[in-house]
Amino acid sequence: MLRLPPFTYYAPARIEDAVKILADYGPDAMVVAGGTDLYPNMKRRQFEPKIIVGLRQIRELHRINGDAKTGVTIGACVTLAEVSQHPAILASYRGLARAAGLVANPQIRHMGTLGGNLCVDTRCNYYDQTLFWRQALGYCLKKDGAICPVAPGSQRCWAVTSTDTAPVIIALRATLRLVSPRGERLVAASDFYRDDGIHYLNKEADEILTEILLPPIDGLKTTYWKLRRRGSFDFPVLGVAVALAQEGERCRDVRIVTGGVNSRPMEMTEAERILIGERITPDLIERVAQAVYRPVKALDNTDFVPLYRKKMAPVFVKRALRELLGWPIQETPDGHTSAAG
Amino acid sequence: MDKQLITLRVNGEVHELAIPVHKTLLEVLREDLHLTGTKHGCELGECGTCTVLVDGQPVLSCLALAVEWQHRDIVTVEGLADGPRPHPLQQAFAELGAAQCGYCIPGTLLTAKALLDHNPRPTRQEIKEALSGNLCRCTGYIKIIEAVERAAQRMAAQTAFAESAAR
Repeated sequence: MLRLPPFTYYAPARIEDAVKILADYGPDAMVVAGGTDLYPNMKRRQFEPKIIVGLRQIRELHRINGDAKTGVTIGACVTLAEVSQHPAILASYRGLARAAGLVANPQIRHMGTLGGNLCVDTRCNYYDQTLFWRQALGYCLKKDGAICPVAPGSQRCWAVTSTDTAPVIIALRATLRLVSPRGERLVAASDFYRDDGIHYLNKEADEILTEILLPPIDGLKTTYWKLRRRGSFDFPVLGVAVALAQEGERCRDVRIVTGGVNSRPMEMTEAERILIGERITPDLIERVAQAVYRPVKALDNTDFVPLYRKKMAPVFVKRALRELLGWPIQETPDGHTSAAG
Repeated sequence: MDKQLITLRVNGEVHELAIPVHKTLLEVLREDLHLTGTKHGCELGECGTCTVLVDGQPVLSCLALAVEWQHRDIVTVEGLADGPRPHPLQQAFAELGAAQCGYCIPGTLLTAKALLDHNPRPTRQEIKEALSGNLCRCTGYIKIIEAVERAAQRMAAQTAFAESAAR
């Protein structure tokens, strides 16, 4: 058996109590929602917290409120299965429902939460291994080592952002509510992530992500495309979220965000600039797609060869835009060729 | 080591146990309740063989802390049969040879039961999607999918018969 290291477990019923426990124990404590990311990492001894604070008992973290007109607020402990099936999200924030529905597999979607997926640890072939394996290698920069085996000359960790939902949340211009002993603060989803494999979140250890606030949909259509080897289980090795608002034949607003490459989800601002305000044509879409090639950084630390993932970024952007425009596409958003054509 | 008194409801039976808090539901089921029908595979959420049902939904017992799932309805493969009568899914799996080495089958049966309880007439695509979190290294899945289809047909027929008898 691959067992968890021992710890003390708290299951507070209120956010205030959870915050207090975190404040009392400092860096020895970690929060857990669904457990599908933290517990495997603990079994591999990537984390060995002395205190675990379970958020599952906190009722207000399980709520979904609002609608497309006023905006929708989702509690951090709402499961990915619930997000993927919720009528208001399915109807108006379709890209988010799809991203949540493409995470891992059905069992993990019943356990894993939206808050947990937004905070999911960055991943790397040299990091997501058992203690035995990492010890044999001599460890890596992200945990217990001094050198990054992916880029030995580099001073930073290149582990890859692996959340499916973050690119969509950023494309939707969502806001996150964080609660700590110092009170609460709202942070734009795009400011929540850092381009560093180790310190990948702009979140203090004593802050708890409690809510995801989606703004009114305001004519935006959203989608998410995911590249992975298998149609289930796998983390994204490329994810593309697109939010598009049209005004007649013109593009009123567009957001294009990648995941699964780089250490943080990346907004493709250059590509967006090419499209905003313009009349949308196949040629323009082609130019927009090519503009994402350069900023996408894929290194040899996940599944598939890096150049393939980089080359697929423009392809996915093109397909995602075509899908939102209602133009024909021959593939399905999980990367497989559709039988229906 | 912190031990905690917990109450688990498994296959309709209530158990009170004193266990270390860091034990997973999988470990408690197998080692404390001796319900070894639930198998341990990767123990990292990458295979699905440890699947059990909690309140009718499939979850991975290897990633569930037993203390977190108290007072919920947990069903393991031992709770599937109705006394000496196998569940229609078990019957169909046996008839069609859907279990080869059998290791993934407890988890697969429970995931399939959750599907049929929520969707009694699934399409083949829906069966594939529902079972996409249960890896099988023997069958190539065809027999498993066919067995779920056969069980669905029988269960639907039984339901129709029971409904007409009740009228």
